[in-house]
Amino acid sequence: MTELSLRGLTKRFGAATAVEDVTLDIPHGKFVCLLGPSGCGKTTLLRLIAGLEEPTSGQVLVAGQDQTGVPTHRRDFGMVFQSLALFPHLSVAENVAYPLAIRGIDRATRRKRAAELLEMVRLPDVGERRIHQLSGGQRQRVAIARGLAIDPQVFLLDEPLSALDANLREHMQVELRQLQQRLGVTTVVVTHDQKEALTMADVLIVMDQGRVQQMGAPMDLYRDPANAFVAGFIGSTNLIPCRLSGRVLDMPGGRVALADGDRVKCPEGAAVLSVRPEDVRFAEQGLPATVGFIRDLGESVQFVLERDGQQVTALFAPRERPSVGLGDTVRLAFEPGRLVVLAP
Amino acid sequence: MKAVQQKITPGWLGAIPAAWLAVLFLIPFAIMLSVSVAHRVPGGFFEPGFELTSYARLFTPFFGRILLTSVLVAAGAALICVALAFPFTVVLTGLRRRAQTLVLVVLLAVLSLSEVIIGFSLSTLLSRTAGVGNLLAWIGLTEAPQAYTPSLFALMAGLCYLGFPYAVLVLYPPVSRLDPELGEAARIMGASPLRAFVTVTMPVLRAPLAGALILVFVFTLGAYLLPQLLGRPRHWTLSVHITDQAIFQSNLPFAAAMAVLLLLVALAMVGLALLLGREKGTPA
Repeated sequence: MTELSLRGLTKRFGAATAVEDVTLDIPHGKFVCLLGPSGCGKTTLLRLIAGLEEPTSGQVLVAGQDQTGVPTHRRDFGMVFQSLALFPHLSVAENVAYPLAIRGIDRATRRKRAAELLEMVRLPDVGERRIHQLSGGQRQRVAIARGLAIDPQVFLLDEPLSALDANLREHMQVELRQLQQRLGVTTVVVTHDQKEALTMADVLIVMDQGRVQQMGAPMDLYRDPANAFVAGFIGSTNLIPCRLSGRVLDMPGGRVALADGDRVKCPEGAAVLSVRPEDVRFAEQGLPATVGFIRDLGESVQFVLERDGQQVTALFAPRERPSVGLGDTVRLAFEPGRLVVLAP
Repeated sequence: MKAVQQKITPGWLGAIPAAWLAVLFLIPFAIMLSVSVAHRVPGGFFEPGFELTSYARLFTPFFGRILLTSVLVAAGAALICVALAFPFTVVLTGLRRRAQTLVLVVLLAVLSLSEVIIGFSLSTLLSRTAGVGNLLAWIGLTEAPQAYTPSLFALMAGLCYLGFPYAVLVLYPPVSRLDPELGEAARIMGASPLRAFVTVTMPVLRAPLAGALILVFVFTLGAYLLPQLLGRPRHWTLSVHITDQAIFQSNLPFAAAMAVLLLLVALAMVGLALLLGREKGTPA
């Protein structure tokens, strides 16, 4: 069942286009991450969904109902803001119960529901405190509890974890994901952190320059990127310029014949080969390259290889570490079935 | 290595304003205190002494009413000013940068006008012969041009004109620093724009609002010219009566006693407002 639909959604600020013709359907109960570099329009898209911005054209539908003309305060969404936007003049419990107070729900019910919500985000016993008495992680949980207070149809979060330090952020990613699965609420999170997106999302929407570049399950996007931008943005990849003719790639230093599972997503001619660092291997024969740098990361070993002024990165597990040193010449082979040929 | 620990601003710099304050404020105040308890020589001046007759006169219904009038007029002006200035400032901070600067420059220009100019301008503008009354009559709203001065309305208009720029200037920094996401969060959670304003924007800015109220109150409490120019004698404030006693009745001890009272009332009001602002509040 489709919960949230966007139809040709476009937003222009003067001459600048922030969001360009976005059409997509988000199924009920899914955890969706809007991922892209800063300035790609992901936050504007979220604000369009929330009704905080008015679209230049296009529609927002929730459960088939057009919401485009509905003012923000009648949309029944939950939202967590980047600054969290907790109210400093109210106690924690009053913050959480604010959406209920606005809807005229009586004090006793409000108090009970606020306690439930705080219990849910594992923050019992802080209801009477002031916001400034809480730590960053606690504030984060309060903001999430407040966003879920009315059991919203759609839960929106704008870079919710960006203010937290790295450890706490990873912890909260897991917690947020588990909470969402338990409640089954359709959730849209804006983030610029691809690891965060891969950790949490059922569905990943990669945006760049106001457009949706690709939408799909995280691992599908990783293995089968639609273009060079997505390939580079989800995980890390080597993008090697080449020429495609039939099933053969011509590149400086040699030719690579594509195997059965390799994907071709562009017409013949100029192209780029996307190959993941973990799919680069050293072999008896293949493209010649020189070892330029070795990065021992403990859990893995990274080789930076130079060929014709271009760098290729190869990643190995420590026990598969090849016995080569700096300055050695190696020959590169690529794991068959893992290559993607994209338009340059 | 003591130098590392040193503060950037040397503490003795604070002694300069302290000394100025002592010379220009505390000493004159001490003189005024001593005059207020001096013995009045009827028809003449006063001679040093200690008696509380001047203070005793303050506790008569007549002066009680004057004090009440002063406080009510100043409090009314403060409330009206802030009630106008707050939404004005919220809208102002939503404008483009250039427009904001322009409005602030205009407000500062208003500050350069003296009370005298404002008073006479308003009394002309509200008069029967040359004022807006003619305009209203010409449109047909009233049958004949009317005078709107002297009146409480004219007095309030003048005081608010005087206090409005101060209120805006006090409110502008905190309002422009206000996180716009607070209001948006309220909207998302179901509050209409008006409710978001009343339930979030206003309480979050409680401390600056109290500050603006105090400033305009204290500022207009000492108003001396406008009540005479625009008000009726029953709207005359304590300041007007102080002048009246000091200059026309040659009763300096009584004028000094009233001045002390005015100061105490102002201090009491500031203290009360600070207390109210702190009670439930969060650190601003």
